[in-house]
Amino acid sequence: MMPVNIPAHNRLGWLAGRLVSGASVMWLAATFTFLVQCLLPGDRAQIIINMTSGNVGEAPPGELAAVNAKYGFDQPLVLQYVKYIWGILHGDLGQSYQQHRPVVDIIAEQIGPTIILALAALIAAWVIAVMTTVLIAGRDNMWSTLLSGMQVFLATVPPYWLATILLVVFTVQLRIFPVIGGNSPVGLVLPTIALALELSGFLGQIVRSEFTRVLEQPFVMSSRARGMGELGVRFRHVLRHAALPGITLSGWAIGKLLSGAILIEAVFARQGLGGVLVAATSSRDVPVVSGAILISAGLFAITSMVVDLTYRIVDPRIKMT
Amino acid sequence: MLHVPPRQVPPLADLLTVDSLCVSFGRDLPEGTAVRGVSFSLQAGRCLAIVGGSGSGKSVTSRAIVGLAGRRAHVHARQLNFAGTDLIGLDDRSWQRVRGKEIGFVLQDALVGLDPLRPVGKEIGEALLLHHAVASGEELERRVVALLELVGVPEAEVKARQLPHQLSGGQRQRSLIAAALALDPRILIADEPTTALDVTVQAQVLGLLEETKVRGKALILISHDLAVVSRIADEVLVMHEGEVVERGSADQVFQDPQHAYTRKLLDAVPSARPRGSRLSLLPAARPPQPQSRSLEQLPARLPSTFPSIVLSAANLVKRFKGPDGVLRTVVDGVSFELRSGETLGVVGESGSGKSTMARMALALDLPDDGAVLFQGQAWTTLTDRERRARRRAISVIYQDPLSSFDPRWTVGRIISDSLASDVLTRGERDQRVIQLLDLVGLSPAFLNRRPLELSGGQRQRVAIARAIAPRPAVIVCDEPFSALDVLIQAQVLDLLADLKAHLNMSYIFISHDLGVVRHLSDRVMVMRQGRVVETGTRDEIFLNPRTDYTKGLIAAVPRLARGWAANRSFSRL
Repeated sequence: MMPVNIPAHNRLGWLAGRLVSGASVMWLAATFTFLVQCLLPGDRAQIIINMTSGNVGEAPPGELAAVNAKYGFDQPLVLQYVKYIWGILHGDLGQSYQQHRPVVDIIAEQIGPTIILALAALIAAWVIAVMTTVLIAGRDNMWSTLLSGMQVFLATVPPYWLATILLVVFTVQLRIFPVIGGNSPVGLVLPTIALALELSGFLGQIVRSEFTRVLEQPFVMSSRARGMGELGVRFRHVLRHAALPGITLSGWAIGKLLSGAILIEAVFARQGLGGVLVAATSSRDVPVVSGAILISAGLFAITSMVVDLTYRIVDPRIKMT
Repeated sequence: MLHVPPRQVPPLADLLTVDSLCVSFGRDLPEGTAVRGVSFSLQAGRCLAIVGGSGSGKSVTSRAIVGLAGRRAHVHARQLNFAGTDLIGLDDRSWQRVRGKEIGFVLQDALVGLDPLRPVGKEIGEALLLHHAVASGEELERRVVALLELVGVPEAEVKARQLPHQLSGGQRQRSLIAAALALDPRILIADEPTTALDVTVQAQVLGLLEETKVRGKALILISHDLAVVSRIADEVLVMHEGEVVERGSADQVFQDPQHAYTRKLLDAVPSARPRGSRLSLLPAARPPQPQSRSLEQLPARLPSTFPSIVLSAANLVKRFKGPDGVLRTVVDGVSFELRSGETLGVVGESGSGKSTMARMALALDLPDDGAVLFQGQAWTTLTDRERRARRRAISVIYQDPLSSFDPRWTVGRIISDSLASDVLTRGERDQRVIQLLDLVGLSPAFLNRRPLELSGGQRQRVAIARAIAPRPAVIVCDEPFSALDVLIQAQVLDLLADLKAHLNMSYIFISHDLGVVRHLSDRVMVMRQGRVVETGTRDEIFLNPRTDYTKGLIAAVPRLARGWAANRSFSRL
């Protein structure tokens, strides 16, 4: 629920500010990837020729000149930079050296499953963190000790290790899930859990410490004195406060989940950006890697905007300025 | 208004019976016992006041009645009976039916008693929803607005949709009372309902509580302030260290207190005693020892060329940008002079610009217009670097000492840190710290304690020791008592008065409590909405106020209404 007394122009101003800062993040990322492309050791034309022909030796100057002319490598850097930025503005991230296709197409084909995995993991992490927190915070019994120990353990376990263990236990031993699930919802379960558990440990610890603090606040006792039951108090009052630091953390978590997803995809042999990136990096297909970095920067800018907006909805005290 | 038919209560039937209530914490050991053997009964239309200093067990008693003493609390009683229901051993579900519906509870700390993330109306409506008292959303909205109107919150429809921080302290306290009254409970328990409020709002809230009593509700009022209680209470319980030390009708307790502790509480009310008399029974702060070389360089011993006006402010203006982007003038053309050895009291309601004015005197905020001269020289117009050298000549004591201390530092380090840097050797510094502790009446045993291990009064004493450590010419006290109960307040008031006499310091003393200002000040400045309404000597202001605003402030001060007639003649502002 939005507070009633915030003028509309403030909200628009906030949005405009966020868009400008998102755009500058994108611009910095683009400049960075451009510089990396130019400054990386090794002549780009040489790399392209070697990639196509499969040879390792130096190419004849004529061939080099042809490639340089085709990709515009012989033009001044400033011009190349302007063209690069211009291309990005028109949705053109360049051509893959290896596949000779637009980078945008390659990434667009693969990014869907990765984003789905990352979002599924974020939601799963939140659900696990909230459920355990609401159950255990501010109670001292065996379950609370056990579950809070579990949270610490999960926060320290690397996802790829967890992924391997899950794979062995649930597909090879118990045969509950298929080894290769493809893009079906069933195939999403294990990768999501593998990716989400570590984050749920982090989120859980942060939400729980805030939850315990808020449980002691006077307004909580006020609502108990009004006749509200324990679950009502926990869900309606305390959780909202306790979620705030977790929401802040979620922006960072999305970035972490996207990079984690690449590893998990490799372990589960899932379709996604992971395979493309691994292949592109090992064969020095720089435009694809740069494109992926740019897309990630864009996703990150969008996510942090969404996180900010969510925070403001949950905590209406913050003014839209 | 509330649409509940009046209940048929036999005139003298006990609504609530408490017999030998004991509450202990932790492992149920004698030393963990917060309440020992408290007994009382309450009838409809009567008000029982429970008074006592902090830690006397009065809040715990009230919470035990609604089953909210806490998870670690052990509650025993021979009898804890509400209108035929045995409250001991109620399960959670049955408690939920009693709380809010039968017994309304207004918690201490109005400022934090409402969920800061939810609109006020939702909080008030919560009780109605929980007990299924409304049939539709429309009815809910109507009832909430009616409740807010009942407790006298202006623009009820707007306020219901606002968040707690957008309401003033008094409005928040009223909203809490509205929430407690939502289901027209038969008993209303109010724990320190006026402590955080300034005098005019305090008077309004007390009027509201009195009306509630007149409407036939039973009232349990908990306070450390006898002056507050004396207006409404029919019966008084005085608690000390978990036990009831005195009980009786309000007349009896206020006119003829039997127990020494009750008399101490009564004496501690500043407005009840003439200026210059001691309020606490503690020994006076020690005068500086003749051999203590280090105290010889106090401002009083400075050469006689020292100007008698220590601090002067001319036409101070401060504006802040509000959330809507509009500049608001918080302090508007304030001028004053502070002479050596003088105490200037500054009074006014909350939001009158007192604290902002103090921050400008300290040069923590710089005025947008006008300037402050300190010891005859430029002060607010200096750069930070130039000012730093003379910073130690002006000290401050804050409202909440705890949050102004680094919780990890020991008392010794806290005080030592503010000693002038010309005290060179470690031994000298340690000795000075011990002297300062002695001066504020604390033993050297406190050197290694940390702020959290101190009581409220001890903390404020440490804050004072820290403030006088650099031998300042001026100390600014910003609401130094509002976090303390009357007994501790009395001790600290005495300490400040003693120090003033011994060390000849000047004070700027800011408070919304006119009683303490009257007790301590030589001259008084009354502020309202950023302007000085009236300045004069203490007697001019208190005995012969010129403006209606000052008259209103003084009239709103709760006084011990020791006689029945005085008790009845209480007027609502």
